[in-house]
Amino acid sequence: MNQFSYYRASTVKAAIDAASRSGNTRFIAGGTNLLDLMKSGVLTAETLVDINKLPLREIRQEQNRLHIGALVLNSSLAEDDIVKKQYPLLSEALLAGASPQLRNMATVGGNLLQRTRCTYFYDTTMPCNKRTPGSGCGAMDGINRMHAIFGVSDQCIAVHPSDMCVALAALDANILVAGPKGQRTIAMKDFHRLPGNTPQLDNTLGKTELITAVEIPAANFTNWHYLKVRDRASYAFALVSVAVALQVENNRIKDARIALGGVASKPWRLLQTEQLLKGQTPTADNFRKAAEKSIEGAVTRTYNAFKPAMVVNSIQTALLKSVAI
Amino acid sequence: MKQAAKGNSLNRVDGALKVTGAAKYFADHQVPGMQYGVLVCSTISSGTIKSIDAVKALKAPGVTAVVSHLNTPPVPGFKQDYRGLKIFNDDRIYANGQPIAIVVADTLERATYGASLVSVTYNQETHQTDISKNIGKAYPPNNDKGYLRGEADAWKNAAVNISATYTIPLEVHNPMELAGIIAHWTSADTLTLYAKTQGVKNVQGTLSKVFQLPPNNFTVHSQFVGGAFGMGLRVWPLEIAAILAARKVQKPVKLVISRNQMFTMAGYRPYSIQELNIGATEDGKLVGITHKATANTSAYETFTEGIVAMTKFMYACPNVNTQYQVVPLNIGTPIWMRGPGEATGSFALESAIDELAYKLKLDPLELRIRNHADIDPEHNRPFSSKYLKEAYQTGAEKIGWYQRNPAPKSMTEDGMLVGYGVSSGTFGAYRSGATVMATLTPEGLVLKSAASDIGPGTGTAMVQIAANATGLPTGRIKFMLGESAYPNAPQQGGSATVSTVGSAVSDACKALMNELGKMAIKDHPSFKQATIEELQHGNGQLSVANKAGSAVTYAQLLKDLNLPEVSVTTTSQAGENAKKYSMYAFSVHFAKIHVHPLTGVVRIKQVVSVADAGTIVSMKTARSQMIGGVTGGIGMALMEEGLIDHRFGRYVNNNYADYHVPVNADTPPIDVYFVDKPDPVINPMGAKGMGEIALIGFAAAVSNAVYHATGKRIRELPITPDKILLA
Ligand SMILES: Cc1cc2nc3c(=O)[nH]c(=O)nc-3n(C[C@H](O)[C@H](O)[C@H](O)COP(=O)(O)OP(=O)(O)OC[C@H]3O[C@@H](n4cnc5c(N)ncnc54)[C@H](O)[C@@H]3O)c2cc1C
Repeated sequence: MNQFSYYRASTVKAAIDAASRSGNTRFIAGGTNLLDLMKSGVLTAETLVDINKLPLREIRQEQNRLHIGALVLNSSLAEDDIVKKQYPLLSEALLAGASPQLRNMATVGGNLLQRTRCTYFYDTTMPCNKRTPGSGCGAMDGINRMHAIFGVSDQCIAVHPSDMCVALAALDANILVAGPKGQRTIAMKDFHRLPGNTPQLDNTLGKTELITAVEIPAANFTNWHYLKVRDRASYAFALVSVAVALQVENNRIKDARIALGGVASKPWRLLQTEQLLKGQTPTADNFRKAAEKSIEGAVTRTYNAFKPAMVVNSIQTALLKSVAI
Repeated sequence: MKQAAKGNSLNRVDGALKVTGAAKYFADHQVPGMQYGVLVCSTISSGTIKSIDAVKALKAPGVTAVVSHLNTPPVPGFKQDYRGLKIFNDDRIYANGQPIAIVVADTLERATYGASLVSVTYNQETHQTDISKNIGKAYPPNNDKGYLRGEADAWKNAAVNISATYTIPLEVHNPMELAGIIAHWTSADTLTLYAKTQGVKNVQGTLSKVFQLPPNNFTVHSQFVGGAFGMGLRVWPLEIAAILAARKVQKPVKLVISRNQMFTMAGYRPYSIQELNIGATEDGKLVGITHKATANTSAYETFTEGIVAMTKFMYACPNVNTQYQVVPLNIGTPIWMRGPGEATGSFALESAIDELAYKLKLDPLELRIRNHADIDPEHNRPFSSKYLKEAYQTGAEKIGWYQRNPAPKSMTEDGMLVGYGVSSGTFGAYRSGATVMATLTPEGLVLKSAASDIGPGTGTAMVQIAANATGLPTGRIKFMLGESAYPNAPQQGGSATVSTVGSAVSDACKALMNELGKMAIKDHPSFKQATIEELQHGNGQLSVANKAGSAVTYAQLLKDLNLPEVSVTTTSQAGENAKKYSMYAFSVHFAKIHVHPLTGVVRIKQVVSVADAGTIVSMKTARSQMIGGVTGGIGMALMEEGLIDHRFGRYVNNNYADYHVPVNADTPPIDVYFVDKPDPVINPMGAKGMGEIALIGFAAAVSNAVYHATGKRIRELPITPDKILLA
């Protein structure tokens, strides 16, 4: 058996200390991703630090923001009254992900850090620069229907599979992190990385840093929608997903947020499209025009050539839905 | 026409066992001293094994053996003419994922770890897994010369014609229960097996040939099967691997393969490319149909199925020619998958009929009715029974077919494009031979036959048939199956179990009642004066017709006659009369769908399926059969696709997350109706099978509905949103 030691931490400090002691340590939360990866031989660990006993399960309203502990379950977060009322976009995104059984185990921190579902990454007999740097990319000229069209490099075209993160990106969330050197905050837009020449690095979290919470700033959005386009009605990863949040006043769009899932190694914010929408009236025409701008710079491969058209149509659909036309 | 009732018929006799977990599937059995096997599989797709290094694995804790071609004595039945992969016989690799060794250990975890330590080197050769690049290698299986009625390619000269090519990808067998076996050599030449199979006698027979031992040396148990759909119709190399491993370690070995191994060693519906050409007169009379089908097989074995079968007799068409060929690829051998070839063929034929109808500006249902085959045009003889037109009408009414606007892209609802589609299905109604032992005891009736129940509720249907034949309450009847020691029954396949085994049950029950009656007349005072014709049975009693107070319960009768039990064993066959008829079951499927106008996402909103399958013996399980078949059809139409990266010859979606089958959210209300009129020829119950027709034709109903909703013809399954978007 691949031996590893298991340690259950009871304080944040103890967890970080444990992680710092040996080289190959991993935190385990819900385990819904980590265990799969260990079983398929993609990841190994010398030590698993179980963080489930840490006091990070609280959802609380703070001044100007909502604080969500890193161990809050995806299902609890989706059903939380404050979330449903103030950030229904987040609730919708969570409920579009995985299955009820998985959401009952999956945590906020684990969801942020889940690895790509690229099959070349999962199959250890295949080349994959993300899993084994320098081994090549199986997906580039392989079956890449689910793969990225934005921010790709010649090393990797994997996508980040999370739904929750797409909503968090649209909501400008911050990630609270604790490490040996103390605490810091990482903005959602800076959290996940593009592959570049280091596709093995998914994000900017340090090896021994622990996510303690996610915070979402208060917002005045009037309209929301999370659209997930997928091959079956439930329990499938997104071909494309769209999180939109609008602030509409007197029939003018005052503020707009749009983020995409299923198209990049991180939730893909569309700042330019957002700008285009601001000051406009919320009409089908204006939505279409803005949506069409969103695919500039898209790079497609053999099997994902449909994605730009799907992105445009999905953004339009999500915007229309959000204003109920 | 009967709507399948939800509550008025027998519940599953083993339902409680299943939902409480008391039902034992093969892997639930524990045999003392049992070891666990885990397969090591090839990571190349063609070539030879250079070396297998098992040193590390053998040193790992708990590992007792690593069995491969290097240390397996020759298997006596692996001769020149052996059909299939000769497991552990030589160093040849035909396909990626081919099992090449089995690691045995005292726990599953240790065997799994041991398997990860086996390192294999290969001499790699080029492989071929892409059918479209290998069409040149196609050959007609078994020297199939093709079929011709009338003139070949007559469609060309018709006033109106269509030509189209339809593609269906590999669909991999993925029932919940994984493949595997428990193998226990109880002596040097006797073997006990707990198997996942559609036929315990088939396992016995196959292994008897493989090991050159008498069939009775093999005891096969398979009482419960967690879904098989065709994958249990043969003994797979993986099962022989476990048997060889058990012999090596001299202990029972359990093998349950992993989900990703299911993709490479337990069968699948082959990839198929079908060309359909149909010509008709201006007023919609078919002139000619040409159907050419190409499907893959493996590099070591020819697999065939009836892809072009339905085209030969479905419509009254004077000129029909069909051709069927297979292409060998470096993939495992396919196997029948529910509806088998007919489900594949019906997608092409029934889509093409729809295309023709639109070209003729004719209602697709009307085109089918105009060309209805009143007699079987292939064999030029009558159908034993056929009520397809009635089924068409019922389905059309129930879904609101005639209320729709038939113009493509003309209907919307809640912002969605609405489409209605129709398609029909058919499958041979078979009856072969089976033997049943029927035993009456004071407690009730026990029936035994080596039949299988892979899920349809065979036991339930048999109990119902026996109750009808004996008048005993269903609660006092037991049907026992899944044991090779029981009297002979065929495999559960081709929708033939109710017809074949059901007939034998019915006959055995009648023989038993007759036997009991004879004994009563001979020795029982109440019946001494009666003749056998005067005897009646009902409510668990024997009585004399028109003689009040003559009834004696069976239990009392046995007691009075001083008999612990009465037992008969009878064998039943189809009668000679059957040869004068063509026997088929028919179905029609209607689907109402929504297509999102921007994203191309298809959701099936309503299904109406009507089956013409003779008498429905067990209403409730029959309805479940139809629902299950339609659900499989939803998968076929919208999502199932085994994806191989041809550069590696390896599956890239070999798990339940990436290989999609329908979930509840994909499955709308499915309204099932039965014509429920007896077939006068096929068997005493008048019942035809319906496992296959539940699925056959369904995919075309969806693709036709997609056309109606969007004006786009998607001829390549599955119909995923991207295909609609780009069409
Ligand atoms: C079949 C399947 C389908 C799925 N479908 C979807 C889907 O449609 N949409 C979707 O969004 N997701 C989907 N998921 C993914 C699911 O959301 C993730 O597996 C889950 O969110 C991970 O959370 P966890 O707590 O179980 O993480 P774990 O598996 O415990 O951990 C994941 C990673 O995060 C690290 N980690 C966990 N918590 C912390 C922390 N606080 N600080 C630092 N590191 C930490 C671990 O070390 C590990 O590397 C699916 C998963 C499966 C198995």
